[in-house]
Amino acid sequence: MATLTDPPQPSFHFSQLIYDTRYRSLTIQVVAFILIMWGLFELVTNAIQNLSALGKDFDFGFLGNRAGYDINQRLIEYSNDSTHGRAAFVGILNTLLVAFLGCVFATILGVIAGVLRLSKNWIVGRLMTVYVEGFRNIPLLLWIIVIFAVMTEGMPQPRDFRGEDAEASMILGQSVAVTNRGVYIPNVVFTRSLGGNEMSEAADGVPAAVIPAVSFGDWALFLVALIGGIVVSGIIGRWGKAKQEATGIRPPGLFWMRAASVVLPATLVLIALGVTLDYPELRGFNFTGGVHLRNSLIALWFALSLYTGAFIAEIVRAGIMSVSKGQTEASSALGMRASWTMNLVVLPQAMRVIIPPLISQYLNLTKNSSLALAVGYMDVRSTLGGITINQTGRELEGMLLLGAFYLATSLIISAVMNVYNNSVKLKER
Amino acid sequence: MKKSVFLGTLAIAGAVAGYASAQDGGTLAQVQERGTLNCGVTTGLTGFAAPDANGEWQGFDVGVCRAVAAAVLGDPSAVEFVPTTGQTRFTALASGEIDLLARNTTWTFSRDVDLAFEFVGVNYYDGQGFMVPRELGVSSALELDGATVCIQTGTTTELNLADFFSSNNMSYEPVPIETNAEAQQQYLAGACDVYTTDASGLAATRATFEDPTAHVVLPEIVSKEPLGPLVRHGDNEWGDIVRWTLNALISAEELGVTSANVGEIGSSTENPEIRRLLGTEGELGAMLGLEADWAANAIAAGGNYGELFEGNIGEATPIGLARGLNAQWTDGGLLYSPPFR
Repeated sequence: MATLTDPPQPSFHFSQLIYDTRYRSLTIQVVAFILIMWGLFELVTNAIQNLSALGKDFDFGFLGNRAGYDINQRLIEYSNDSTHGRAAFVGILNTLLVAFLGCVFATILGVIAGVLRLSKNWIVGRLMTVYVEGFRNIPLLLWIIVIFAVMTEGMPQPRDFRGEDAEASMILGQSVAVTNRGVYIPNVVFTRSLGGNEMSEAADGVPAAVIPAVSFGDWALFLVALIGGIVVSGIIGRWGKAKQEATGIRPPGLFWMRAASVVLPATLVLIALGVTLDYPELRGFNFTGGVHLRNSLIALWFALSLYTGAFIAEIVRAGIMSVSKGQTEASSALGMRASWTMNLVVLPQAMRVIIPPLISQYLNLTKNSSLALAVGYMDVRSTLGGITINQTGRELEGMLLLGAFYLATSLIISAVMNVYNNSVKLKER
Repeated sequence: MKKSVFLGTLAIAGAVAGYASAQDGGTLAQVQERGTLNCGVTTGLTGFAAPDANGEWQGFDVGVCRAVAAAVLGDPSAVEFVPTTGQTRFTALASGEIDLLARNTTWTFSRDVDLAFEFVGVNYYDGQGFMVPRELGVSSALELDGATVCIQTGTTTELNLADFFSSNNMSYEPVPIETNAEAQQQYLAGACDVYTTDASGLAATRATFEDPTAHVVLPEIVSKEPLGPLVRHGDNEWGDIVRWTLNALISAEELGVTSANVGEIGSSTENPEIRRLLGTEGELGAMLGLEADWAANAIAAGGNYGELFEGNIGEATPIGLARGLNAQWTDGGLLYSPPFR
């Protein structure tokens, strides 16, 4: 029978917390954590103390109070009798609108400029270099103000359109008016509307609903028809492919069948709803009817797109150049055309390099949209972070909400783009 | 790395503690220690506050700042002017960046009570008006249905405008603008049909146009806009100083004390109120914690209320505002200073 002796218990001394490398890093982390927490606590209590010294409390109740001010561009119903919370929401929608438009336009511009910058044509290549370097190296704020100033100072006033021998006239067959207050374009309206139309009815009582209230029911029906068509088109495509693989013969007229399945239902819905165009018309001081794209929106949208587009162009160029030349040569050797090589071989491989930095460009664009202040675009920074704070004196609450909104938006954009990134990234097995 | 985190945390904590303790002491003590008065003014409104050709701030509101600096520090030039916009002014005052805001700011209930400020009086009784180009042929604000209106954001005019149009069942398109200079540019470019702000501001803006006669100020005054200097709520000692400096300027006009005679009238006059005001009799200065000649310094800085008015915005200037409501109560106006006693 063997006797087991307990292994010697290592005795623990407090000095080991500092001198023993096993514990030292832990000690330092705990101390740092405590100090950081203490620092945060001091910051918060300091803020609370100073607020109470000023006689202010911390309260989000102001969001439910009457706002009292008007907003020119509103995507949902809003009047000066609405609440500050609703004003903030109108601002949020305006921010999202310009961010979305900006991201789409910047991507298109960036991809084209990036590909063209690699062009062997000297003039095309140099032109794109001038674009990229010009926009990348001049502050965004300047571009916003320049475009706004050109629109305001350079375009005719609405009253110049009046009279027999008017100084200015509408373009594109009397349908689009470019004025120094913005661009008026025709609006799509439904004459036989479904009625699911609370928005436009409610907006009738509200003066100057500037983006004409859209009838949601009608558009929903149109979208359903369109999406349904696309799904059917996909099914037809898969059926055609299966048939081709089974028999070796591609069913005739496949392209036309797919096109018809997308276009026909959507068109039928539009005709059934009696779609027509509402043209802008000069009445009183301003044009009425149609959609009014304000100078502030145009300046912000174009400046954000051109500026971010220049960065995206460089990202695209870097992505394309990261694909080894051997890939291009191999695909040429297989007899592929240059356009197929680009679309089927180079770009899919370039995507995994392009997407991650592209995400941060989208985030930048969204956050840069807060420069809207410079041209009076009523984004969330101007409504919640500007007028509301000013009228209610709730700086801390307003700025916290604003910060939370931008944080949430950025995280959502980044999450969506990460999903896309996972689908295009290199699959390693 | 770990050590730098530790030191960084210590530094932040130290800074926080230091900042907290720097807030002690009243505004008067801070101003006297600093040697200058930080005074918030507009970014530029001719006649009220704007830098002249030499970069010196001039104007009616600037006069109030200089009078307070003269009363507190004995030197009307010891003022640091901080230009503020309609949106930044309240934050600047609440955070302590400025000691006094003299920026044609309307005295309203919510600003006084909810924003925790202290309006010390009214230095200009105003109302909101509209300016349009003469060629539009508009003669009344009630004909403005559908017009595009330029408006400074973060002001009471923004709220009055909304109320005026909705109560008259008219529609309009607001163009939000940050400063008076931008509004002027937009208005002259025709990006808006109408510019609306306080009537005094309209007159001041129109005076700087190339052809002021091509623009008309419509007859409607749609609101009450009592404009006055304000300080932070809670520091009553400092609030008293600014309030009574403004009252001293108004009383001086009523009593006939001007910048020309303020030097000798205090000793030569028999009027006891003038003697109390100018510190040759009584202890009024000491009660405020200031020198005995505080009011004399304030009046000597830019003159009494009437001199400030006539010199900066009166009928002899390009702005050409009549005294109207801003005349002394003895002349049928609203200016009425409590007695110096």
